[in-house]
Amino acid sequence: MRRLVLVLVVLCASLGALSGVATAQDAEETEGDETVEVSEWSVIGTMKDPEGEPIEGAEFTVSSADGEEIGTATSDEEGNWGVELPGPGDYRAELDTDTLPEGVALRNEDNNPLEFTVRTLGRPRVVLFATGEGASRGVPAWEELLNNVVSGLKFGLVIAMAAIGLSLIFGTTGLTNFAHGEMVTWGALVAYFFNVHAGLHLIPAAVLAIGVGAVTGGLQDRLLWRPLRRRRTGLIAMMVVSIGLGLLVRNIFLFVFLGRTRAYADYAVQRDWEIGPIGITPKDLASIVICVVVLLLVGLGLQRTRLGTAMRAVADNPDLAASSGIDVQRVILYVWVFGGGLAALGGVLQAMGEQTSFQQGFLLLLLMFAGVTLGGLGTAYGALVGSVIVGLLVEVSTGPPFDLPSEMKYLGALFVLIIILVVRPQGILGSKERIG
Amino acid sequence: MDVGSIIENSLRAAVGLEAVAFVLAAIGLNLHFGYTGLLNFGQVGFMSVGAYSIAITVNELDLSMWAGIPIGILAATVFALLLGIPTLRLRADYLAIVTIAAGEIFRLVVRAASLRDLTGGSSGMTQFARDFYAINPFGDGTYGFGVFRWDERRFWLLIVCWTLVAVVSGLVILLIRSPWGRVLKSIREDEDAARSLGKNVYWFKMQSLILGGICGAFAGFALAIGTQSVQPDTYSTAITFYALTALIIGGMAKSIGPIVGSMLFWLLFAGVDVLLREMQSADYIPEWLMDGTQVGQVRVMLVGLALMLLPIFRPQGLFGDKREIQLDAR
Amino acid sequence: MPASALADVTPVPGVPKPDPVLVVDGVRRTFGGLTAVDVEHVEVQRGLITALIGPNGAGKTTFFNLLTGFDKPDTGSWTFDGQPVAGVPAHKVARLGMVRTFQLTKSLARLPVIENMRLGATGQRGESFLRALVPSLWKSQEEAITERADSLLERFKLSHMRDEYAGTLSGGQRKLLEMARALMTEPKLVMLDEPMAGVNPALTQSLLGHVKDLRAQGMTVVFVEHDMDVVYDISDWVIVMAEGRVIAEGPPESIGANQQVIDAYLGAHHDAPTSAAEEEAQLAEAQAMIAEEEEGGSS
Repeated sequence: MRRLVLVLVVLCASLGALSGVATAQDAEETEGDETVEVSEWSVIGTMKDPEGEPIEGAEFTVSSADGEEIGTATSDEEGNWGVELPGPGDYRAELDTDTLPEGVALRNEDNNPLEFTVRTLGRPRVVLFATGEGASRGVPAWEELLNNVVSGLKFGLVIAMAAIGLSLIFGTTGLTNFAHGEMVTWGALVAYFFNVHAGLHLIPAAVLAIGVGAVTGGLQDRLLWRPLRRRRTGLIAMMVVSIGLGLLVRNIFLFVFLGRTRAYADYAVQRDWEIGPIGITPKDLASIVICVVVLLLVGLGLQRTRLGTAMRAVADNPDLAASSGIDVQRVILYVWVFGGGLAALGGVLQAMGEQTSFQQGFLLLLLMFAGVTLGGLGTAYGALVGSVIVGLLVEVSTGPPFDLPSEMKYLGALFVLIIILVVRPQGILGSKERIG
Repeated sequence: MDVGSIIENSLRAAVGLEAVAFVLAAIGLNLHFGYTGLLNFGQVGFMSVGAYSIAITVNELDLSMWAGIPIGILAATVFALLLGIPTLRLRADYLAIVTIAAGEIFRLVVRAASLRDLTGGSSGMTQFARDFYAINPFGDGTYGFGVFRWDERRFWLLIVCWTLVAVVSGLVILLIRSPWGRVLKSIREDEDAARSLGKNVYWFKMQSLILGGICGAFAGFALAIGTQSVQPDTYSTAITFYALTALIIGGMAKSIGPIVGSMLFWLLFAGVDVLLREMQSADYIPEWLMDGTQVGQVRVMLVGLALMLLPIFRPQGLFGDKREIQLDAR
Repeated sequence: MPASALADVTPVPGVPKPDPVLVVDGVRRTFGGLTAVDVEHVEVQRGLITALIGPNGAGKTTFFNLLTGFDKPDTGSWTFDGQPVAGVPAHKVARLGMVRTFQLTKSLARLPVIENMRLGATGQRGESFLRALVPSLWKSQEEAITERADSLLERFKLSHMRDEYAGTLSGGQRKLLEMARALMTEPKLVMLDEPMAGVNPALTQSLLGHVKDLRAQGMTVVFVEHDMDVVYDISDWVIVMAEGRVIAEGPPESIGANQQVIDAYLGAHHDAPTSAAEEEAQLAEAQAMIAEEEEGGSS
């Protein structure tokens, strides 16, 4: 167990070093976030134009439900405005549309003045005045559906990338790895470090991140999981250990990288390419292509190479594989190495699309579980199929014909997870005996 | 550095609101996991159900807060049924995943802007516990002794909650020592053996889930009444893991485990927080290494570390039976 | 001798019995493309010890699982004591009086031996949640159960381990415990899945004695076994399964010489001799062949 302590020390030291770099950089950046003063009861908002740029100088009037004026506010250079309120209840906020810049109009004129209710003491009530054309205006339903399918495909492939490792780790060792999401975040954060702090272009930074992810995966197995397996630690105990590891690492990330989301220096904002009815950014397209290529390689590797076959054998039946002469522990090590590398790549691709933050991986973890369970726990192809379906579900459910509000989009995937476990617990490709 | 303040805060936290709420949640988790072997990682969902039941009863249904309690118990039962009917036939780690998903689903649903009028959305709701404090027999002032001092409102709440802990613990002890409890333990050991002896395993699991869930709902009641607010993000999955840590620290499958475990957990959790902040203000910790918000994260890191080290080095916690751990065939 | 009840029964697969406690009809269970169990008709005589034998993979344990509700067949029906029990969940089957033990003993490791035993009793008032809260409602029943448990432990020579965790018992002791525990349910039919597996020879005799005791007390016993000496020793009737089907039935003596049984164990086309005469004939043949070769070689 001294090794474990050594690992933790090295981990903390290296993150301390990273932290030193990261926070030193931050100290040089000017902190531009002015927050509006908030009292016990208040309403606030941020005005942005359709391009996402803040609007300065927009004027707001807040009155009570009876029409009695309570206060006025003007949005600052960040677009923020706020008005103090005397207490809980119903109010309305009105934007003076003459104070909007030229060419910018409210998305929905009927929502001005906006009525809202305040109940919560100490937390400001946020209201939104949306500007510009909504994404859904003027686009036929089937076209929106098609675009959502493409987004879903991209998201699903990214999930698949990360989930293959999860599935194979379960198959070969029986461990349900609750810290797998952190491997995804790790990849994204390492790439961020190399890209933004060390100044490398995103592509070599990503390659480095994959390498680091792979090594991290291998080290985890060698230094933590293999000793536990040797001690014959029960599967439930190992699961709890993985939960603890996830909690620890997630908060180390939070500590080092702070709670804000951050973007890579390259490929940040792009215009859509139009391919027929589909609008897709070059980086999203690249993401899909990279995923497909990598997954094809992984698939071929699993089918054709000796190592790949050994992996599938151990994942299917470790005892049988061992008795056929396969070095099970070495195969497991390779599973962790590849799983770590793939997760890191998934992390970089996801972060490219959505910026990176300390809890990027954890949010993904449930979706990974959903994908892997849907496809069949323990099989690599199952993880792929299930993850793509989950990705599609998440993206397609927010548009026609389902039109779920966007905050609920993960609900669909989670519901499907539960339903699958009821109806067909072994998933699409899994074998029945595994489910107990 | 004010060492006295550190000790004081730690000791008060050990018997404070969060600690007693966690005791209740951990008692439920002990029923699920310690005695029945059910990996319910959605316990925070039950806490949330309890808390929101009270808030919604007062704010939306305009009823007395006291009506919120039976409503909360009913809601927890329904939640347990919804959770259990599809999943109790599944293997342990599948149950773990599904219960986490269920907890998250509940959090996302109450958080949704579309349901804002009912649940307060992401901001949550406040001010609904007046009825509780209305019957406070203690007049204005501070009560307690030594470092354990609170105002009359908090004191009243703590008295009620700790009494509740005693009652619930007593009931659980009775149950566990009865034939009913014996069946639960046999399910934990080997379901099929229990079935082969004529026990309706599915129904017993469901009873355990419901009872433990109701304990979780009581924890939610305590937190909601004590803080006079409910917010969806307070009830995140991490909370279940804190309760699990507290339970493992105290010792699973022992009645005293959840109580001592939660108290010790909060003593350390609060103590580390105060300690680090004191070290900061005394400049033992430079600003560039750690600022105010990061102190909170260090605490959680320690919880994660504890969850890693405990199952490896001291799985029986403080009061657990080492022999039982060794015989654990899972 | 109770076995005389079957004296007039023709030893043919699926033959009806004069007083069957278990009647099975058309039970099939497939896994993917593999047919694990395909039993057209079989009956088990009440009050006797019936052995279920067959090569590995014959489907015996699967058959047990199906009959006791631990698995669902693709088709089929069966009755227990005249009552149809196909599709009845395992715990209800146990309560009806058909109890089974497991190949890999399932002793409840973290419960003391006496608690294992107490668990076996059926109809416990204290198992209902509400009544559990009021000890006076179930205390007296618990005492009666404990008495019965202690006397059974006495019979099985496990009394000295009464308060130990079941997980500390040796393999043989666990077998005994599982059998004793099953008896706490006061069953009519006891299905033992390889009760002698992994048990040392001394203990085997003791177990055999207990199994005979069950018959003496009026219970029906069906047990899966590989050791033919055990089978000959205590069984009144033998059912042979191979590849999921019942291929032979009859009193133990008739089974040893049954050609189909031999084929099933040794493979349909085999060279091993099954009688002394055959062995000598093969030996003569081999000697003749060698002699021929030598003649041919020396020329």
